[in-house]
Amino acid sequence: MNKTENNKAWFLVLPVVILVAFSAVIPLMTVVNYSVQDIFGPGQRFFVGDEWFRETLRDPRLHEAFLRQLLFTGTILAIQIPLGIAIALTLPTKGWGVSACLVLLALPLLMPWNVVGTIWLIFARTDIGLAGWSLAQLGIDFNFTGDPLHAWITVVVMDVWHWTPLVVLLCYSGLRAIPDAFYQAAQVDGAGAWAVFRYIQLPKLTGVLTIAVLLRFMDSFMIYTEPFVLTGGGPGNSTTFLSQFLATAAVGRFDIGPAAAFSIIYFLFILLFSWLFYTAITRISTGTR
Amino acid sequence: MAEIEFRKLAHSYAERPLSPVDYALKEMDFAWQDGGAYALLGPSGCGKTTLLNIISGLLRPSQGRVLYDGRDITALSPAKRNIAQVFQFPVIYDTMTVAQNLAFPLRNRRVPRAETQRRVGELLDMLELQPVADRRAAGLTADQKQKISMGRGLVRDDVAAILFDEPLTVIDPHLKWQLRRKLKEVHERFGHTLVYVTHDQNEALTFADKVVVMFDGEVVQLGTPQELFEAPAHRYVGYFIGSPGMNFLGAHLVSDGIGIDGTEIVLGGHWAAAARQHARSRLAIGIRPEFMGVSATPRDDAVPAKLVSVQDLGNFKLVRARLGPHEVTAKLPEDQPVPTDGAHLVFQPEWTKLYADDRLVA
Repeated sequence: MNKTENNKAWFLVLPVVILVAFSAVIPLMTVVNYSVQDIFGPGQRFFVGDEWFRETLRDPRLHEAFLRQLLFTGTILAIQIPLGIAIALTLPTKGWGVSACLVLLALPLLMPWNVVGTIWLIFARTDIGLAGWSLAQLGIDFNFTGDPLHAWITVVVMDVWHWTPLVVLLCYSGLRAIPDAFYQAAQVDGAGAWAVFRYIQLPKLTGVLTIAVLLRFMDSFMIYTEPFVLTGGGPGNSTTFLSQFLATAAVGRFDIGPAAAFSIIYFLFILLFSWLFYTAITRISTGTR
Repeated sequence: MAEIEFRKLAHSYAERPLSPVDYALKEMDFAWQDGGAYALLGPSGCGKTTLLNIISGLLRPSQGRVLYDGRDITALSPAKRNIAQVFQFPVIYDTMTVAQNLAFPLRNRRVPRAETQRRVGELLDMLELQPVADRRAAGLTADQKQKISMGRGLVRDDVAAILFDEPLTVIDPHLKWQLRRKLKEVHERFGHTLVYVTHDQNEALTFADKVVVMFDGEVVQLGTPQELFEAPAHRYVGYFIGSPGMNFLGAHLVSDGIGIDGTEIVLGGHWAAAARQHARSRLAIGIRPEFMGVSATPRDDAVPAKLVSVQDLGNFKLVRARLGPHEVTAKLPEDQPVPTDGAHLVFQPEWTKLYADDRLVA
């Protein structure tokens, strides 16, 4: 059989190939390139192999930032996911309240991230900010620029304010997709509110919750703008998370090599964790353990 | 197990119903016997499911009362009424196994463990779900899922009534038979009051002792399958039950009987008095194709008609004839000779019914 060789159709893929090359592949390869070289200036570079990787992995400041990052991501996931589900369950299901609530909830998501940081920077100030001033009036010596704990609380509350609506919206859409017959059957079967949640709503939400957890994990693990504006990583290094650590190394000190090595480790770590999360959740929901 | 009674029951989904059109269920008064098997039959959108949900308590009627054994339960929730309901599409609890699904209604009511296990075991055997008892319910076929749904309806033996909302829609035809027989078996064994919603007349007629025919938010007839066949109380019943449906011919009152519209034919007999009472209504006479006599030769009691077609359907013949502007269908036994040119139709008085404004009057 003679098969006509006609590969012209490949040209149709070309625009995408070019686009992806310039937006992802080439920048990533540049980073790989930097990570194995020591660069002193234009034309002055030496191949150093895996030295930057080993040095980066041994850096105690990085270890601290990494633990801080894990603590932060763990905290906001532990708050935002249950809170998001709880709010979604209490939202109205019909009438004008639906649109009102959805618009209000979507507002934080529509704000530019540095604006979010600025809002909370002002909001938390004890002299002119509503929250800071109120706390001060209550007799609490609130000082988010000086006290690491206060700084942490502020950053966490800001992130909860900023991103819980995403979880709420996802869960709300998941809840609306459950047919009425399920609730009716549960009512007939004499199930209480908790049983309805445990055996109908939660199982039906696993799909959207997987997406919510993944998105919130990835975004919070890469958080940069808001804490940068709000605390600048301080006081000390107490709110310096991984991406800020990276930015300080790359743009602040121009340690291009170690920063590139760290970028790659960072990237692989997020990839690995997202994959683990995804597999774990899908296994739980399909019952294959 | 309970007798179900409706008093002046009506329901409208509109908040402020203005005219009868706004009512999904028009006012009705009924008492359904304890232990009876009732089928609610009617076309889509006639209010069957609305009535069922009112019985189960998922829906609160906008007026009237529902009584179980004489006790007013209009305001009670489905759980308090202690009823079971099976829905059109399978409802299963995804994360539970098949056995846990069946045990769920019992667990919620704190039935002792041993009793629960006994009931669940019985149902697994009866519904032939034993092989998948410990499998997660989520991965099963639609058939099996619907069996689980039905099983959850049957698992409690103290329920006031079991309500089925077209439960066999998603089931394969050969399995439908099997399950319907199972239901019948369960009914004979436990004597629950069963209410079964369907739009399939065969299902209704084979399943139920009493069929409740609904049309446009109204119960037009409640009777045994035989009553529905022999004396349809409403034109809709005549048309919906039976295959082919009843013949209806528009009619008018004449001095010595009832004239069929568009013809010179006058039928005398016992309808005349009733027709005179309803002289202002829209009159029609109705006769089942099964009772329509066809003669090849002229007879005194027959009216001549033009033969349109004869269809031999194996065990019976379908004869279509034209009588003035009306087409009439007759169902004849296989061995009866069929006229070839003109037909002479015999309207047997005891099977010819008179309808005034769609309702049976004589």
